[in-house]
Amino acid sequence: MKETLKNTNTDFEMRSLDAICFSEEEIKTPSWHNLKYLLFGILFGIILIKAEVVSWFRIQEMFRLQSFHMFGVIGSAVAVGALSVFLIKKFKIKSIYGEEIKLPVKSMNKGQIIGGLLFGFGWAMTGACPGPLYAQLGYGATVTLVTIFMAIVGTWVYGLLREKLPH
Amino acid sequence: MHFIELIKQPWPWYVAGPLIGLMVPLLLIFGNKTFGISSSLRHICASCVPAKIPFFQYNWRKEIWNLFFVFGVFLGGIITLFYLKDDSAVVVNPKLVAELSQYGITDYSGLIPNDLFSWASLSTPRGIVMMVLGGFLVGFGTRYAGGCTSGHAIMGLSMLQFPSLVATICFMVGGFIMANLILPFILSM
Repeated sequence: MKETLKNTNTDFEMRSLDAICFSEEEIKTPSWHNLKYLLFGILFGIILIKAEVVSWFRIQEMFRLQSFHMFGVIGSAVAVGALSVFLIKKFKIKSIYGEEIKLPVKSMNKGQIIGGLLFGFGWAMTGACPGPLYAQLGYGATVTLVTIFMAIVGTWVYGLLREKLPH
Repeated sequence: MHFIELIKQPWPWYVAGPLIGLMVPLLLIFGNKTFGISSSLRHICASCVPAKIPFFQYNWRKEIWNLFFVFGVFLGGIITLFYLKDDSAVVVNPKLVAELSQYGITDYSGLIPNDLFSWASLSTPRGIVMMVLGGFLVGFGTRYAGGCTSGHAIMGLSMLQFPSLVATICFMVGGFIMANLILPFILSM
């Protein structure tokens, strides 16, 4: 099914459009519960920096096949992630709020190819995907503000042009 | 060796990778959230400059957890800077060192090259291209692809989703093309 703006009538359909990452939580939780995501983010940020995943040099090595490091990081992350998802499905593990864990299913479109290539260009230039951008800024590279600002601009321009782009 | 001293050293891939992978079940079990970062850029657009664009008309407050998460990533950077910083230079493949020295990139003291990414280099053509155009492509490309390295390569592949495999392959192909074929021209600017 092709995802277009015309058949998205609900807020959920719009939020989940062009996104792997979104909230499926249906029950209302107190807003201070969001602090746990702050904590997970802190952990993720520390891991990204200590693994040097945020290093422009490591990204250049990866794209020149000069080091196994980045492939090892991404490969072992996927292995652990896939095993976790498999176990969650197999044992029907529920969230801590007792909800069934729902996993989104995305459909194939041209965006994954064209957008993927464009992001690949940007990744090799900036040496950072979106996660590392936030971590680099915290780690003291204040000029990353420019890159983050431009990434927000890029996202905004995509939103503006979305209906005119091939999908 | 003292624990703090041990974790100050750069972490090997077989420690960091599995820890990153654990973000997937952590977010699913603690709140039914799918792991991803690039969506935060869209929520910033939706909350700050929606400009009546349909793509930004949704209740971003339902995704505010994602903004907490990325603010945490930023804080994690600060914490590492003050408490877990390792002062030794990044050790990279000698072939890369030789190649980059041709372009005057010789400073390995930071995780990002000070010779390329600094406020001063924003006045150089290559600095503008790398930061301004590079940043734009990261934002535009991830949203067009429907996810970034976190959303597609880690979360999507963990769910064995074919579109995410295609996206991840395209990220890599794009990166290979840029790093090997186009970057030499940009760095010579």
